[in-house]
Amino acid sequence: MPDSPLFTAAAVAVIAMAIAVVIAVGLKVLRSFRELGTDAERATYKTLHAASRAGQHLRTGLNPAGAAKASRQLRNLLGCDALAITDTAGVLAWDGAGEELKQQLMGLAAGVLDGGQTAVIPAGELPSALQRAAVIAPIKAGTRVVGVVAAFAPAAGAGLVRATSEVADWVAAQVELAELDASRTLLMEAEVRALRAQISPHFIYNSLNAIASFINTDPVRARELVVEFADFTRYSFRRHGDFTTLAEELRCIDRYLLLERARFGDRVQVSLRIAPEVLSTVIPFLSLQPLVENAVRHGLEAKEGPGRISITAHDSGAFAEVIIEDDGVGIDPEQLRSVLAGHADGDHVGLRNVDARLRQVYGEDHGLVIETAPGEGTLITMRVPKSQPRHDA
Amino acid sequence: MNPVVGLAAFAAVSLATAVIGFYGLRISRTTGDFYVASRTVKPWWNASAIGGEYLSAASFLGVAGLILLSGTDALWFPVGYTAGYLMLLLFVAAPLRRSGAYTIPDFTEARLDSRAVRRVTSLVVVTVGWLYIVPQLHGAALAIRITTGLPVWVGPVAVVAVVCATVVAGGMRSITFVQAFQYWLKLTALAVPVLFIVFVLAGNGTPAVAEAAVNPNGAPPAGTYQTVSLLVALLFGTLGLPHVLVRFYTNPDGHSARRTTLIVLGLLSVFYLFPTAYGLIGRMLTPDLAHSGQADALVLLLPGRMVGGPAGDLLSALVVAGAFAAFLSTTSGLVVSLAGVISQDVLGGSVRGFRLAALISALVPLGIASLTESLALAGSVGLVFAFTASTICPVLLLGIWWRGLTDAGAIAGMVTGGVLCGGAMVAGSVLSGTGTPAWLAQPAAWTVPAAFAVMVLVSRATKGRVPRTMTRLMTRLHTPERPLATRR
Repeated sequence: MPDSPLFTAAAVAVIAMAIAVVIAVGLKVLRSFRELGTDAERATYKTLHAASRAGQHLRTGLNPAGAAKASRQLRNLLGCDALAITDTAGVLAWDGAGEELKQQLMGLAAGVLDGGQTAVIPAGELPSALQRAAVIAPIKAGTRVVGVVAAFAPAAGAGLVRATSEVADWVAAQVELAELDASRTLLMEAEVRALRAQISPHFIYNSLNAIASFINTDPVRARELVVEFADFTRYSFRRHGDFTTLAEELRCIDRYLLLERARFGDRVQVSLRIAPEVLSTVIPFLSLQPLVENAVRHGLEAKEGPGRISITAHDSGAFAEVIIEDDGVGIDPEQLRSVLAGHADGDHVGLRNVDARLRQVYGEDHGLVIETAPGEGTLITMRVPKSQPRHDA
Repeated sequence: MNPVVGLAAFAAVSLATAVIGFYGLRISRTTGDFYVASRTVKPWWNASAIGGEYLSAASFLGVAGLILLSGTDALWFPVGYTAGYLMLLLFVAAPLRRSGAYTIPDFTEARLDSRAVRRVTSLVVVTVGWLYIVPQLHGAALAIRITTGLPVWVGPVAVVAVVCATVVAGGMRSITFVQAFQYWLKLTALAVPVLFIVFVLAGNGTPAVAEAAVNPNGAPPAGTYQTVSLLVALLFGTLGLPHVLVRFYTNPDGHSARRTTLIVLGLLSVFYLFPTAYGLIGRMLTPDLAHSGQADALVLLLPGRMVGGPAGDLLSALVVAGAFAAFLSTTSGLVVSLAGVISQDVLGGSVRGFRLAALISALVPLGIASLTESLALAGSVGLVFAFTASTICPVLLLGIWWRGLTDAGAIAGMVTGGVLCGGAMVAGSVLSGTGTPAWLAQPAAWTVPAAFAVMVLVSRATKGRVPRTMTRLMTRLHTPERPLATRR
């Protein structure tokens, strides 16, 4: 077994990988020695580079992990002995010497946190054996003080004071950006929730009318339909969760079609081809039912004679693909485009709603793909990733 | 052996695979069958599919060959291959399903909230997959050479061609049914001939198996260290096999994932009875195969030797068909899951990207396989298990069961395990002339603990990096799912 081919293969792979790493590191080192301009240019570059590195770490807001990494960059930037970042409750990160001061920093910073003015503590007044002066500058997001940046150096010259204030302002800008990110996420979630499809009032009205027509002629069927209607509303009125599984959504479509067939009779024929592997895929709540409703309402209702809807779902690598096809009257592509872009209201708003939600949740590449022409029917394809650990069904 | 038999068997299996793959889903249903159409895969089906995908060339050919070569020591291989599922059942199956992740990189990224961990995991998964496909192709080379006398490159090329054709053409849409079919085909292909052989033996009064020589070629028995190390590799290695974990996604919830694993345990236990029987009968009646370096072909040759005439040809055809089912199912399962990982991480997840990735994931191992030569299938696969156990297994186990795991710890552990285990493999191949020490030939017993230790220590040292999403995700992994609203 020792001279097994796998050993050889593994050997080749490891050596190849080692060579690749060496080359990559070598290139990086070489690049750093290349022509880099004058000293001033280099200093500018170093400052901006440190700032942008620190900025990346602060983009998630003031938290210990990001602050720890950012404080290292910022200490280099200021050239001081130690640098600390706090929020209003406690010290988030301490980089450099004199960590025994960490306990007292919040006490020292209390005035800054309250007043929002930079404080300078001369060398010797710090309760520490270290002979250090401290500059404590507030981080102001808007008008609130959300924390301080504290720099420790042998002497607190005007230069250090000014630079520390600037750094604190810069950190504040990053924190504001982080808050902006957070509120953008919240906005997106709110938008998704607002877009969460509502079942159409027409459908409720039509269904109840259809059921009413059966009460005298076929009471048993009427009863069954009422039960189906109840189940349908229970599903579509549910409050919790923005996601569901493909299997649940298909059951909902089943009920929907049962109710529609009470009105249309055999005019609507449906065929299904569902791969069982994708049934547990998580999809946005009520994202298929509107597509089927669109096919019935705008594809088949306007058409003479019977119409067919086919629903297909299958594996496509790490994605699940759902296709809904009807042989109805089709849609004018130009009109559809303006509806999807949000310029026109009226028919097919359900499609726009689903399309917008899919883009919000899975990214711009995952909108609906619609193939249609007047009189040619409509084919709608939806592709969702199978892996969605962040979405609870 | 009649060369037509081998070719016909190969053609039949490829055709059956393609037909089930393409047409398994072509059954359209009408509205009345909505309930039937939206029924999820039953644990039985999925367990068969997992068995079909898992039982590779190493199980079908290698185990019997190794028993022929080294006797009872080799019995640890089937024990380890099966018992790995006990670990999967106890520690991984249900939480992994509940995580909602589809591939291992998806899981690590979600758990540790880090793109870097995802990239490292993907790299490891692709390496493992490629290393695992290579022995399958070696098996194919062996089978084609033994049964038809064609040159060795024909077998691997044929397998890769069939796999690429079905995967790229979208023929794996009903993959559960294809793989389930392959399991039962493999079981039949081993069980029926062995029963015939036993009848023949009983008819002409040959001595009992127990009286056969224990060690026909005088190989020294393995030491305790080697056995322990092998078992560590097989037990923990099963946890990280990319193509097996992907299958659990088909289960609707954690509970059914657990039931599926339980059934897989049963299916594998039944299956491994038969390679063992082949190995023992081979030791008794055809010890010459061990000397001529054809031990891995024992399963293919035994029926023809024991049962003559057209009946023997038919039985041989069945075994060959089963062997190709093993190569095809494991290779296609690996290619599909590797293509998923590569297309998502490198090619942006488009349909075209998936096809390209499928080609890449099949052609690279074909290149490796054609440059190397097979010696012992079960041993090669055992090494892949050791590599998986030292890299993916720690990150899965600690990710599921330890709140303190951090991205830095996970990366450090995976790199340590990978470098140590890979290094041991390389060192073993360099030292092969002078005799490899046991701790290099079977590295799992020290590389797996080392990977775990590094992962824990580095995570302890970087406590601040525990992701903020950890509690939410851990809750999701370990609490039962909310019952579905539509369930009545």
